[in-house]
Amino acid sequence: MMRRYRWSGLAVAAAIMLPFLLSKFQTFQATQIMVYAIAILGLNLLTGYNGQISLGHGAFYAIGAYVTAILMDQAGAPYWAAIPVAAIICFGVGFLFGFPARRLGGHYLALATFALALAVPQLLKWRMIEHWTGGVQGVFLDKPGAPFGLPLNSDHWLYYLVLAHVVLLFWCAANLLRGRIGRAIRAIRDQPVAAETAGIDIARTKAIVFGVSATYTGIAGALSALVIQFVAPDSFPFFLSIYLVVGLVVGGASSLWGAFLGAGFITMVPNIAAEISKGATGLIYAVAMIALMYWLPQGISGGVQRLFVCVSRRRRTAHPSGEG
Amino acid sequence: MNAVPPLVSVRDITVRFGGIIALAGVSFDVASGSIVGLIGPNGAGKTTLFNCLSRVYRPNSGDILVDGASIMQVPRHVVPHLGIARTFQNVSLFDSLTVLDNVLIGGHSIGTGGFFKSAFAWPSVARDEAGLREKARALLAFANLERYADAPARDLPFPIRKRVELARALMSDPRLLLLDEPAAGLNHDEVEVLRAQILRVRTRFNLAVLLVEHHMSLVMSVSDRVVAMDFGRKIADGPPAEVQRNADVIRAYLGADAV
Ligand SMILES: Nc1ncnc2c1ncn2[C@@H]1O[C@H](COP(=O)(O)OP(=O)(O)OP(=O)(O)O)[C@@H](O)[C@H]1O
Ligand SMILES: [Mg+2]
Repeated sequence: MMRRYRWSGLAVAAAIMLPFLLSKFQTFQATQIMVYAIAILGLNLLTGYNGQISLGHGAFYAIGAYVTAILMDQAGAPYWAAIPVAAIICFGVGFLFGFPARRLGGHYLALATFALALAVPQLLKWRMIEHWTGGVQGVFLDKPGAPFGLPLNSDHWLYYLVLAHVVLLFWCAANLLRGRIGRAIRAIRDQPVAAETAGIDIARTKAIVFGVSATYTGIAGALSALVIQFVAPDSFPFFLSIYLVVGLVVGGASSLWGAFLGAGFITMVPNIAAEISKGATGLIYAVAMIALMYWLPQGISGGVQRLFVCVSRRRRTAHPSGEG
Repeated sequence: MNAVPPLVSVRDITVRFGGIIALAGVSFDVASGSIVGLIGPNGAGKTTLFNCLSRVYRPNSGDILVDGASIMQVPRHVVPHLGIARTFQNVSLFDSLTVLDNVLIGGHSIGTGGFFKSAFAWPSVARDEAGLREKARALLAFANLERYADAPARDLPFPIRKRVELARALMSDPRLLLLDEPAAGLNHDEVEVLRAQILRVRTRFNLAVLLVEHHMSLVMSVSDRVVAMDFGRKIADGPPAEVQRNADVIRAYLGADAV
């Protein structure tokens, strides 16, 4: 039991210390990486584990962010109440989206989610709901400060708030994937007919996975609204959805912690590229991506896993008595 | 006299694929606890019949009764709850999962704990999972697969994959086990092991077996009854020795000239 959480426990301990070693801007970046990691984890549950493709997860990110912003701005809700509401709404939208999606194949789903990602930024500019969404201007929020008189500045507080969500959500995902439901999720991806014959309700499971996935990405969006204290239609361009897919592919669809590597990539690489050359940011980004996919087709986490396998094999051949 | 309906009753099933008639009015019963062999040349419709029983195909007409009740409205994923489990002719494993996980998926229908309880590690989920794992380990031992428990299914040789599928099918406590050509691709010794296993499965798990096989000596030695098919029709139904001597059966296997 304790062994299972040994590495995660160490990682969390390190994450708790981290802000004291970072500058204000670096703390902000670390917070942003964790937010993206939650979003990519959501996409990974859907695509990596369940085999459903989404090119529109930016839409759920946007919905999570806007629900939070509107609840805080219009209804004066505290952020700790707004985030769960955003999560529930995203689950509902994702679930409804996942139900019809199941009857039609993977290409349909790719197209439908693509359409969703294109539609949402337009929808957010819609006149009829402008007094809620602020139209193109968006909504500004106050920066949440630490509660209970905790001796933390608001940047640190935001970091720990996001970290707490990371811990909870990754713990839930690990629990989910470990047991009966996790096996069903992966069985559907590998062999749908055999999965259904074994008693797995594919339609229901896929819809719920879509809902859970949207919940994760929606919570990430909600947290991003707090971290940036601003939402506007242009904060959620279609490319956000593509970045999330890039993060998933780069991190590797085979592991949970790969989400952090993917999130690091989509947060840091554009910045680094911009430092190298302002004009060719997109080009450098694309080259970095292609290089990664060429050398590490299973993502960074897949590459690291392969490295471990190689090392342990070599050790085994060095000591043949070790294992039969 | 006997008021208890048969475990499974196939009634006048017809299945068409475009112009092809895969099954043309096939009827037969499977009594609980019996081993029924299902033979016939390639394309006779044996696998199609399995697919109807597991609700993968919907017959154009006819009915299938389990314990006397029609299953024509039962969704595919509810079939294990009726007590029917199957293997696939081409072996359909979950390749990215381990052997143990493959077998555990066979127990999906007897497990509990949905998304919410699983995600928040409800105590009942851990108890349920421990029970499933114990059962899966026992079945791995039964199928002589213990040493493959943690191996990914994808890397295994074909005969091992077939045993994994058998263990997976047994996980749901079936009353009827559908085996689609379990001996295909096995060598002589492996067929002997399979023969013993099929007989052992019946006594140990108290279930009926519907066995599709081209391996005649296997079918004839383990079956209580044999149903023979050709071009979607039932051409014989009776004790193995009788079916073996049936003129239509001999003609179907050897061609019209041989008789
Ligand atoms: N999904 C399908 N679409 C079209 N035709 C099909 C389909 N499934 C089966 N058939 C046809 O139905 C007929 C019966 O096929 P089936 O697979 O049931 O035969 P079988 O008795 O299992 O043969 P074998 O011993 O070769 O496995 C064949 O002519 C086959 O081509
Ligand atoms: Mg067949």
